[in-house]
Amino acid sequence: MGVTGIRSDRLLSALSPIGFLVVWEALSRTGVLDARFVPAPSTVLHALAGMTRTGELPYHVAVTVRRIVFGFALGAVPAVAVGLAMGLSRPVRALLMPLVSAIYPIPKIAVYPLIIFYLGLGEASKIGIVALSIFFLVLLNTMAGVLALEPAYFKIARAYGADARGVFATVAFPGALPQIFTGLKLGMGFALIVIVGAELLGSDAGVGHLIWKAYQIFDVDTMFAGLLVTAVLGWVATMALDWVEQRVLPWRA
Amino acid sequence: MTAAPLSGAPARNHIAVAGLAKRYPGPRGLVTALDDVTFVVPEGSFCALIGPSGCGKTTLLHILAGLIEPTSGTVTMPHPEPGRLVTAVVFQGISTFPWLTVLQNVAYGLRMIGVPLDERRVRAAHHVRRVGLWAFRDAFPHQLSEGMRQRVSIARAFATDPAILLMDEPFASLDEQTRLLLQDELLRLWQDTRKTVLFVTHSLDEAVRLADRVLVMTASPGRIKTDVPVPLARPRGYREIRRDAAYGLLTARLWDELEAEVVGAWA
Repeated sequence: MGVTGIRSDRLLSALSPIGFLVVWEALSRTGVLDARFVPAPSTVLHALAGMTRTGELPYHVAVTVRRIVFGFALGAVPAVAVGLAMGLSRPVRALLMPLVSAIYPIPKIAVYPLIIFYLGLGEASKIGIVALSIFFLVLLNTMAGVLALEPAYFKIARAYGADARGVFATVAFPGALPQIFTGLKLGMGFALIVIVGAELLGSDAGVGHLIWKAYQIFDVDTMFAGLLVTAVLGWVATMALDWVEQRVLPWRA
Repeated sequence: MTAAPLSGAPARNHIAVAGLAKRYPGPRGLVTALDDVTFVVPEGSFCALIGPSGCGKTTLLHILAGLIEPTSGTVTMPHPEPGRLVTAVVFQGISTFPWLTVLQNVAYGLRMIGVPLDERRVRAAHHVRRVGLWAFRDAFPHQLSEGMRQRVSIARAFATDPAILLMDEPFASLDEQTRLLLQDELLRLWQDTRKTVLFVTHSLDEAVRLADRVLVMTASPGRIKTDVPVPLARPRGYREIRRDAAYGLLTARLWDELEAEVVGAWA
């Protein structure tokens, strides 16, 4: 693909959201959409600007971002370690796979009451639910990444004297890294879903709490503003992960 | 496996294989891959190993490389020395790590045997230059041709200054012209270093062009059938050697030895 191809792709991908907003705004202004139920984008932006000025929005966003970042670190690091071990060792895989298969499909938000019961209503339960929601995704992707590696790589490593640690550090981890990033990116989506959900249920801060509080006073503008912020958070997080991936994996064609 | 000291009388045997057998469980009982394989390779000599497909050439090489254990028999090779590998292997096909640059790939063996970073850099750079890839030192394998990747693999093997170089059909997946150039390069490197080489190939031409001796293996189970010396003068330029009548006679002689085995393995 040439530079012009990339440029026109970017243009096209900007077109759909902008077009969507323009149509929405037009429908609101002509009265097709009832402003009591669906506010115009300009009204939502106005609400956002107001909340930004008062510091309310930055506060809630910061709380949510912090929970995601800590939860991510807490979930991803052990997930990669266990995933690599499961990918490298058949006995470890045989031992842990049934457990992983059983726990993975449980909707993590359903575990949230239990987590609150154990960790309380504070930050620990929020960080815990994020960590739990990404753990299995990252683990399974890491393991799949190791299993998909060419046996030739392990053969080269062993022929050049790599011990178990050398194989781990020079073959399994760098080789699985593209798949680990796939897991992290999928996990980011889940983390957002789960944290905003958790904040709706039991929290006194965060973007989810903002939406819930707005619902209780029928403040539709703020509810939409909260949704918009969530969408932007997800988009920025994906961009950030893509950016890191490109720098960490220069060898990907 | 036993080991003998590296220092000693000149022209001693670098590889001594005696009564080597490898059996592994198959779907219909034990499969004998290698049976009573016995041969020696003197220090500094270039030895080719040919045989029909599936005769256990690669199994034998993997045993020498320490990748698999023999069922019985002994392999005697030099003792390991610090900063050197006893055996360095050049594999067929995928032979480089896609996540390492050319320089890092060449330095890989040195890293694994614990050569300090500074020395590693110098030694790897030297060997990248020797295979003519200095301009590509920071490139990743996917940016190189298959032939260039195989040169990286050869440079990695030489960089570890091994006592013995084991080559497992390293040029099998290359086109004919690239293969000829890489044979030239390998001969040039070998002439400078005089490593002990065991070179597995299925090409009679390649065996005669490169080696001092050609070991011919039988079809499954693999045994050493004959040991054919190659008394051609070096350096062996492609044109000169192709015009030499002895070259034709040698390849014909090898085919005499091999044909029955290949036909047998077919039936």
